[in-house]
Amino acid sequence: MRRHWSLYVGAGLVGLVLLLAAVSLFWTPFDPTHVDPEARLLGPSWPHLLGTDGLGQDIFSRALVGARVCIQVGVIAVAIGSVIGVPLGMAAAASRSWPGQLIMRAADIVYAFPALLLAILLAAAKGGGSILTAMTAIGIASVPAFARIARGAALQVLSQDYVLAARASGIGPVRIAVSHVAPNIAPVVLVQASVSFGLAILAEAALSYLGLSAPPATPTWGRMLYEAQQYIFSNPNLALWPGLFIAVAVLGFNLLGDGLRDRFDPTLVEVR
Amino acid sequence: MPVARALLRRLAVFVASLLVASVVVFGLINLLPGDVAGVILGSSATPDAIEALRQQMGLNVAAPLRYLRWMGGLLHGDLGRSALSNSPIGPLVASTLGVTFSLVVLAMIVAVAVALPLGAFSAMRRRRASGTVVSALSQLGMSVPAFLVGLALVMLFAVKLHWLPANGYTPLTQDPLDWLRRLVLPVLALGIVQAAVLVRYVRGAFVDVLNQDYFRTARAVGWTNRRALMRHGMRNAGLQIITVVGLQLATLLVGAVVIESVFVLPGMGKLLLDSVATHDLPVVQAIVMVLVALILAINAIVDMAYAAIDPRLRSQAVSDADEEADE
Repeated sequence: MRRHWSLYVGAGLVGLVLLLAAVSLFWTPFDPTHVDPEARLLGPSWPHLLGTDGLGQDIFSRALVGARVCIQVGVIAVAIGSVIGVPLGMAAAASRSWPGQLIMRAADIVYAFPALLLAILLAAAKGGGSILTAMTAIGIASVPAFARIARGAALQVLSQDYVLAARASGIGPVRIAVSHVAPNIAPVVLVQASVSFGLAILAEAALSYLGLSAPPATPTWGRMLYEAQQYIFSNPNLALWPGLFIAVAVLGFNLLGDGLRDRFDPTLVEVR
Repeated sequence: MPVARALLRRLAVFVASLLVASVVVFGLINLLPGDVAGVILGSSATPDAIEALRQQMGLNVAAPLRYLRWMGGLLHGDLGRSALSNSPIGPLVASTLGVTFSLVVLAMIVAVAVALPLGAFSAMRRRRASGTVVSALSQLGMSVPAFLVGLALVMLFAVKLHWLPANGYTPLTQDPLDWLRRLVLPVLALGIVQAAVLVRYVRGAFVDVLNQDYFRTARAVGWTNRRALMRHGMRNAGLQIITVVGLQLATLLVGAVVIESVFVLPGMGKLLLDSVATHDLPVVQAIVMVLVALILAINAIVDMAYAAIDPRLRSQAVSDADEEADE
């Protein structure tokens, strides 16, 4: 029972964020960038459900668009990380001599470039950050994690009897990778994807907060926190909503990852 | 001397990694589409001004040669010169090290002080509600960015209670008390979030011990849970925990970059972000290189310490090396 608890709560929270992001595609109560000097710093009330910020922009509308940006960054970053990392990890597992070692050494070096540092470097080189530099940096920084997890899981699969049998009957390494290794390591990769998604949201929030991600006009949760900081003495509640959304989204993906891990691998459930 | 061989091998990997990393840093700054002088001067610069800056910074030299010059400088401890002030970068970075290191070290101490007892507690009570509460809190702590915790702390202790300043820095040598007062909130922000991550590892390491035969034996001969955990747990879980703590130092170093800008602390991270904002690319390049070198060094030291301490790993490292020699 407890095992599925985190899976359900995680899936629920992730579903909520996805829903918010989907809704923002069709509808927001107000134009999220509409400045209304008459309606500055309103508390939660009708029609501004979560109130307005220092420029009179509707916080709920901005949070909806923020959900979309956060999902977009997460999806692209995880896609970059897994598409590059998983095949490299599988290749490293298949080749025990120098190519495999070289791949993992390279992964170690990339590992020394955390997402934030890489994003800062890209933003500096490009003369300013954008969602593109942020997504790319976060994605590349997550490659080593995917490579390691895929290598570890693939090594296990490759030592199984059915793989040895397949190899003995003359099936080539690529076909073994596609038909035996890939399906069997998919669950582990999915767990990593969920965890990396959470980390990507955290990294994007920090980058937005630092002004190194989306341009100022795009509402993101990190950006909203940055803007809330100047009102921290007069209107501390402004920081509450974007903070809450970030926490809910990351918590959702973390719990989902935990739940999936328990579900896929019963041996990982600790002995009671 | 198998241990010495394993250590030397790891040291060689460290040096090689450092070289590759320096090529990556240099390459990203210099070879990405977008001219260095153009970025520094901004879009309003005239072609003449850009050409003049290219001359001054030696950008018309071929990139591999520029890399070698930069590398040669680094080996002599010369980090280059700022594009804005033309002052040497080395002393600039050195003046920020104290702030960043105080922040990172104090935050690590806070994280360990919080996570060690909580993790052990949660492992012992893993079947009870109190243990689950700790795990849930750790989940929650991992879901919140450190800068958000920082903002929450400012709201509580600076805005509501007026106990501590919201930002700013005083050097230790100038006024030790004020130094500490101004570091409390940033250190807590960084330390609490790190503690949330660390609790999971500590708990896992202790749960491993609890499932071991020697632990059951100790309990069976009448030792209390606490005594058995102190005697066996600390010794066996300790190594695992030390490794994680070492690796987390690297995470904290990057976390400090953000926290310094929340609390306006004049550390390395603040200098880095200011330089990004003013397009001072040589400074950005130098600081990122320093940070990456520190991270690589931390990883290498952790690996080497592990190999030196743990006899099991020691023999494994040797067999790895032998395997390679055989190939």
